[in-house]
Parts: sequence; C-alpha cells; structure tokens
Amino acid sequence: MARIPGMKTQRNAELGLLAFAMVLVAAYGATVEAARIGEITPTFWVPAALLSVLFLGLHVVVRYTAPYADPVLIPAVALINGLGVGFLRRLDIGDALGDKEPIPGIFSGIGGRQLAWTLISLILAAVLLLVVRDHKVVSRYAYTLGLTGIVLVMIPAVLPASISEVNGAKLWVRIGSFSIQPGEFAKLALVSFFAYYLVRKREVLSLASRRVLGIDLPRGRDLGPVVTVWLLSLLVLVFEKDLGTALLYFGLFVVTLYVATERASWLIIGLLLFFGGVYVAYLLGASVGGPFANFYDRAQVWLDPFSSANYNREFGNSYQLVQGLLSLGTGGLFGSGPGAGLPRFVPEVQNDFIFAGIGEEIGLFGLSALLALYLLIVERGLRSALAVRDSFGKLVAGGLSFTLGLQIFVILGGITGLIPLTGQTTPFLSAGGSSLMANWLLIAMLLRISNAARGPAAGGGSDRPGGGGKKAPAQLHGAMTEVIKP
Amino acid sequence: MNAPLRRAGVVILVLFALLFANLNWVQAYKADDYRTSDYNRRVVVAQYERPRGIIEAGGTGVATNRSTDDALKYLRVYPRKEVYAPVLGYRPVGLGATGIEHSENDFLSGESDKLFADRVKDMFTGNNTGGGNVLLTINSKAQETAWKELVNNERGVDKGAAIAIDPRTGAVQAMVSMPSFDPNTLVTHDEKAAAAAYGKLNKDPDQPLLNRTTAETLPPGSTFKVIVSAAALQNGYTTESEIEAGREYRESGAVIRNSEDEVCPGGQIDLKEALTESCNTGYARLGVTLGRDKVLAAAKNFGFQDDQLTVGNLEGGGLPVAASDTGKITNPDGTVDKGALAQSSIGQRDVRMTPLQGAMIAAAVANGGKQQRPYLVQKLLTPDLRTIYTANPKTLRTPVNEQVASDLKDMMVSVVQNGTGRRARISGMEVGGKTGTAENAAGADPHGWFIGFAFDDKGEAVSAVCVMLENVPGGHASAEAARIAGLIMKAAAGRGGD
Repeated sequence: MARIPGMKTQRNAELGLLAFAMVLVAAYGATVEAARIGEITPTFWVPAALLSVLFLGLHVVVRYTAPYADPVLIPAVALINGLGVGFLRRLDIGDALGDKEPIPGIFSGIGGRQLAWTLISLILAAVLLLVVRDHKVVSRYAYTLGLTGIVLVMIPAVLPASISEVNGAKLWVRIGSFSIQPGEFAKLALVSFFAYYLVRKREVLSLASRRVLGIDLPRGRDLGPVVTVWLLSLLVLVFEKDLGTALLYFGLFVVTLYVATERASWLIIGLLLFFGGVYVAYLLGASVGGPFANFYDRAQVWLDPFSSANYNREFGNSYQLVQGLLSLGTGGLFGSGPGAGLPRFVPEVQNDFIFAGIGEEIGLFGLSALLALYLLIVERGLRSALAVRDSFGKLVAGGLSFTLGLQIFVILGGITGLIPLTGQTTPFLSAGGSSLMANWLLIAMLLRISNAARGPAAGGGSDRPGGGGKKAPAQLHGAMTEVIKP
Repeated sequence: MNAPLRRAGVVILVLFALLFANLNWVQAYKADDYRTSDYNRRVVVAQYERPRGIIEAGGTGVATNRSTDDALKYLRVYPRKEVYAPVLGYRPVGLGATGIEHSENDFLSGESDKLFADRVKDMFTGNNTGGGNVLLTINSKAQETAWKELVNNERGVDKGAAIAIDPRTGAVQAMVSMPSFDPNTLVTHDEKAAAAAYGKLNKDPDQPLLNRTTAETLPPGSTFKVIVSAAALQNGYTTESEIEAGREYRESGAVIRNSEDEVCPGGQIDLKEALTESCNTGYARLGVTLGRDKVLAAAKNFGFQDDQLTVGNLEGGGLPVAASDTGKITNPDGTVDKGALAQSSIGQRDVRMTPLQGAMIAAAVANGGKQQRPYLVQKLLTPDLRTIYTANPKTLRTPVNEQVASDLKDMMVSVVQNGTGRRARISGMEVGGKTGTAENAAGADPHGWFIGFAFDDKGEAVSAVCVMLENVPGGHASAEAARIAGLIMKAAAGRGGD
C-alpha cells in the first residue's frame, strides 16, 4: 500500500513507543532476577531482546501493509504481552529454585512456551495483515465464518468432558498435552458474521416495529436470529458450564445489534433476556441441580467466598478465589516488587489467575497502570470504529473492541470478586496459545481497520488504485440493504 | 452508527471504573484483612522468615533451628525429643504452639515489645537477626536422670511423671512426663505428616501429649498426711503428741485399715512415728478429730484449690496448672461427712493432686514454710545475647511458720531414715519425704507417689521432688517412686547422674 506524501503515518512514534515498552519489559526481567535469584544474570535482557525482534518484525509488516494504522496498539499490546512472558518466566525461576534445580533456559518452561506462542501469534497477525489488504474483503466469507464460529463454540460442548473439561468448565479441546480453546477464535468469526448480517438487516431491524409500553419492539420474523443467538449462548452456559463465555457471546451480539440499529430497545431486550436466563439458571441450579448445579455453586462462592462452608467444600469451592483475593490484598498499594511475591499459593496463577499473581507483586498502582493500558487498547479500537467510513468496518472494529473490553471485565471482575468467577483467559497475559493467537489476530484486524480509518482515501479502500486485489460485495456500500416489506 | 459506538465506549469506561473501584476495595481497603487472614499462607511463611529464638537448658539448645531450602526457611528441631517435650511443647506450621513455645511465643518469634529495638535495628541493617532466646531453669542432669529412671523403672510402669524444684527459689529443675512424644514429628513442614502424627498421638489412650506433672490430678494417697500433720502442728500438736491408732477405724460407714497388719496395731502412737510408718488409722482419726475446716484450710494454704497458677515466666504466662482438689467432704444437708473426712485425711476419696503440687508441699517444708512460686524461665536474652530479663523468685504463700516447717521436716526425714521412704536415701545428704500408695479404681493397681526434699552437707535445701507412677503392679507401689526421687535429687544437687 503506497503512502501518500504529506500525511502522517506515525510509524516512527510506534517504533519509539515499542522501544520504550521493551525497555520496561527488560527492566521487569532484571527486577525479577534480582529478587528471585539474588543477582541480575548477564542474560537478563535476552527475552526482552527476542520479543523486541518479534515486535519489530510486526512493526515492519505494518509499515508496508498498513502505514496509517493506529500507532499505539502494537506498543500497548506488546508491553502487556512482554510482561506476561516475564511473569511466566518468573514462575519458572521460582519453581526451579523451589525444586533446587538450575535456573531454566529462556526457551524452557511456560515462559519459553509463551515466547514461542508469541512468535506464532505475531506471524499469524502479520499474515492476516499481508493477506487481508482491505477489511471489507472479509465480508465475502461472512456465512462461512458464521458457521465456523458456531461450530467452534459448540465443539467443546459436544465433546466428552474428559477431553473438554478443565476446572468444571467445558471450554477446551485437549489432545495429549496440547490444548486449545476454540471459543477464543469463535469471537473473531462471529463478529465478522454479525457485522455482515447486521449491515444487511439494519434497516429492517431499526424501522419495522410495533410500539409496546413505550418501547419499539421489532417484528417477530426479524427476531429469529436474535433468539437463535440467545438460545446458543444459554446452551453454552448450560453445557459448557461457563457464564463468562455466554456473557461474552451474547454481549458481543447485542452490542453489534445496538450499534447497527441505533435502537436502545435491542439493548433492553438483550439485557432482560440474558439476566432473566441467568436468574432462571440460578434458580434451577438451586432446585434441580444437574447441569445447572455448577453455576449455582459458583454464584454461592461469589456471594460469600470466605465462609468456611464455601471454602472447604470438596468440589467447586472458593479456595482459588480466596487465594487470589489474598494475593491481591497482600500486594496492597505498592506490591511486594516483581519476583518478591508468592504467586504459587494461587492455583492456576499462570492462566486465569495471572492477574492476581502479578497483582501481589506490582500492587494497586501497577495493576491500575495495567488496567489503563487495556482501556487504552479498547478505546483505540473504538476510535477506529468511529473513524472508519464503512458500516462493516465500524461494526467489526466496534464489536471486536467491545468484546475485548468485556472479556477483560469478565475475568478481572471474576478474580477480584466483582462478578461470579468464570474461566476466561486474561488477554495477552495468560499462558496459552489459543488466547494469544486469537487476540493478536483481533489486534491485526483492528490495525487493518484503523489503517482504513486514518488513511487518506475516502470511501471504499478497495476502489483505490493499488488496493486489495479482491472487490468487496457491492451491497456493503450503501445501496443494497434489504428493504422493508410491509 | 457513531452515537451507539460512543455509548459502547462509555459502557466500557464504566465497566473499567467498576474494576478500578473494586481493585481499590481489595488492595487498599481490605488489604490488611487479607494480609493477615487465616487462609493466607503468607502469614505462616513470614513467621519463618527469621530464625526463631533458641530455648536452652543447662547450656545446650533444646529447641533449635535448621535452615531449609523450602518456602519456610527454618525448621524447628528438638534434639532431646521426648525428654523435654512436656516443658517445651511444640510449634507446628500454621497452628498454635503449646508449652514454653506457646507461652514465650512473642519473645521467641521476635514480635515481643522487649525486642522492639532489635527490630528497628534490623530495619536499618537489613538483617533478620531472629527472635530472642529463652534460658530455662531446667537442670539438664536432673532432667535426663528423671527421664531415664522413669522410663526404665523397675516395675514396668508405662505412665508416670516426675518434677523437681529448687525449694529456695521455685526454679523447676526437672519436669518429665511418661509416655511422652517426639515433637519433631509435629513441626515438620510436611503438614499432612504432621497432622497424621498429631492425630495418632491424640487418639492414644495413654495420652502422650498430656503433661502429667501439671495437667493431671490423681488421688495422692498418704502423701496427703503431710498436710494433715501440718494442720495438727498448727493446732497445738507436737511431733511427740500421742494420737489414737489401731488395726481398724470405722467412721460413719467408712472403714480405714492400715496397709499391713504390723503398722500401728496398738492403741497409741506419736505423730512422728505415725508419719514414719504411714499409719492410716491414726491419720484418719486425727483428721476427724481436727475437723474438716482445719484440714481443708491447711490444704488450701499449701496450694490446693488454686486454679490460677501457671509455671513459666514469673512475669506471667506459662504452662497452666490444674487445680489440686480436696473435695467437699460434706453431706447433702451441709454437715461434715465424717466418713469422707476420714478417707480424705489419708489422701483418698475425692482428694486429687498434681505432681507439681506434691513437689510444692515438700518444697515449702524444706524452705522453712515459704512456698516459692515455681517457674521455668530463668532468663530472656536478645538475639545478640544481651540479658533483658532474669527471674526474680517470688514467695507464693507461706502455708506454715518456721517452727511447724521444722517439725514437719524432722518427721519427713524420719520417714526416709526409718520408715516407708527408705529407698530415697542419698549418702551424704539429708533427705526427707513421704510416700503415697493411692487406691484409684476397683481392681486397678494403686498409684505410687513420693514427695520429698534433700539438704546438702551445708544444710541448704537443694531440691524438692515429686515422683508419681500410675498403676504400679506388685505391691509397695511407692518404693520405686522413692528410689527414682532420690536419684533425681542427687542429680539436681550436682552429685549424681553420669
């Protein structure tokens, strides 16, 4: 994609911010070694340097394929990703010292694996940027993506628990020591499908209505897809035993629907349906049990984690939640310092509870900075959605950013006891490939859309000389939205 | 579409604001609660960050530390295992301690106000100098002798206790309880193993975790006659006063006989001879003649009914001591139960005594009537071995005056010279005492007791002792207790042992 002279690409700003982020990651690594090993080893800078090379690679790809992309996204995500790798390496070092083993190499342990996952994720992100030169091309494959998304969501639900269940939630596909969370990728596919579907249907959904009790209700036949998705998310809730994932899918759909139609009634209907469904599931869990029991237990644990009944229960107890809270509380305002905490007291501290483990060491101030970084990423994504000119791009960027924000809220709110705990990964921080890959693909998509938003050409990017090879479907550009049939 | 997008942005802002507010709640407002929560393992780890103070007896550490490589940096070690367990107690991971480990916990852990200056110094030097050290009054030779002789007793008894105190100060010289336990198994960092070991000890019917010197009360038998003698001497009797004896004494349905037919079969016997031979009929009748109130008052003066006593630090804290009890000796209508009084006067019926109480009776007699408050903590030392506390002996009570004490001493010396306590004799020392053979349950062997004291060649009261063996088979239950008592006192005087 050729650059237009005189327009600011801000790629050098991105490079500078990236360098600053990597300096922070290196400093974090040094502090960890000083606290854990008692000295800073001569190789403390190697993980940060390797990450720098990887992110620099992505930066170069962006420089040539999306020169006008938002310059803040990559450095902000890189900093979080780098801290994640650093914290996981810190766990490796702590475990090795505990077992009186030598300090693990940079490529071994969960830290090393996370480094490898980062490499793969960045390659995927780069490939997406190279292949999808214009985000509107994605809409061509909307139905394929929609079907893929639903299949990905449903896979763990239909698989036997021995393959798909971890800690009571059926979100996984495990083959040997290798495991993926297909739901992470489903987000991307479903957002693309919703965006395409809603761009086509927005007129119908926003205009055709009956007024009941002061709220504009849509026509019954247009409600079909909404109800389908609602049922799907409740099925996820029941069969995958995970409120967070259900909330995520449903929130994703309701928000894209609301953005597309600009009608608050969709929000109200959506929220009522969801919370009604959740409440019914809670009541069923209390009375019937069965598939709802796990959900009821989690709600009980959330309401009073410190009661000895909830803490000492054999299954579905509050042990993990309590240990996470104690870890955060022990950290206090300033934290114990990187490497100086005791994160292994928190079960699953490398996955769902990484925020609690990091929180003990960097304290309230550090976590507030981390929250601000996440907020920055999400709001930057929403800004791209505001600035991009086509409806499909707006919906995809808006949906993806909002989902990212919602996922952060669901997992961090769960860990800190704000909402019932659900098994979500913390984006860019948790150990694990699927989360990292899916979220980097999400960032790549946002980069692509922000490039279109901030770039020079008005209207469809594909019409530009030298743009993406394939032409996007015409109906996305105004004329061919479905008309109202009385 | 931009207006709803902006609103979605506002929703995200609100959600993050909620997260931020809640994070403040968790990490600032509730931080102290969480930091010190019982569920927080870091509390335990923090306790092991600096070495706990050492407990010393006779110049050697009996509770020490070994550094480890696990999360808890120091392992508590008790090198003498069972021998000192009743004194030291133990300090398990994440649970409350017992014994001196419990009563001196603040000082040993370094949290005591007395060590404030050391903690401030630590802050500036960056060192973790550890907790303060506790120096016990225990005489290691007497302690080892007591344990060795108790477990190797000649009658094969498996339960018993021995305690020795310095009559002049109240300093505890030896305190052993059998069966005992190895505290090392309870303080291991493998908490599951520790819990299993505790469960096993706790279920053992012989109660190895019980400190029998302070926490168990048993019928004292004839050792109680020292109390009745004191009551008599305080009420006009002398050691030569003749009292009525005989083969048998019936009183309000109670029948008192002597242990053997040849003991005081005649009608009259003097007080000294009655104690020397341990004449049951004489003492039962004497108690009834004196009356309930005088006997109970004498017992109370010697420390019976005291449920406030602790043995540890004279400034407060220590092992709790069960109250020794005389029983009410009262009929349901409030009048004196003479039958019970007759039986109580020879230490039976409802009379119960701790071995510590027995030693305190002997100590008061040896110390001219002044009963010193018993204690275990001689000194407290800072980590850099500066003494910040030295025990200053205190008189607990004065049960008898010097004259009565002197008479009681003569009578008790006669017991060891000529009477039932002959096996407690130590060559070159003046030893006095009183034996006791206590019936307890129907068909069970009696408990054997000995309470006594020893004077060295300079006339100093160097040790007072009580040895108790439960359910001694084969008759003459108190003889073995007297033999062990003699050896302990000899060791305490620095003359015996190895």
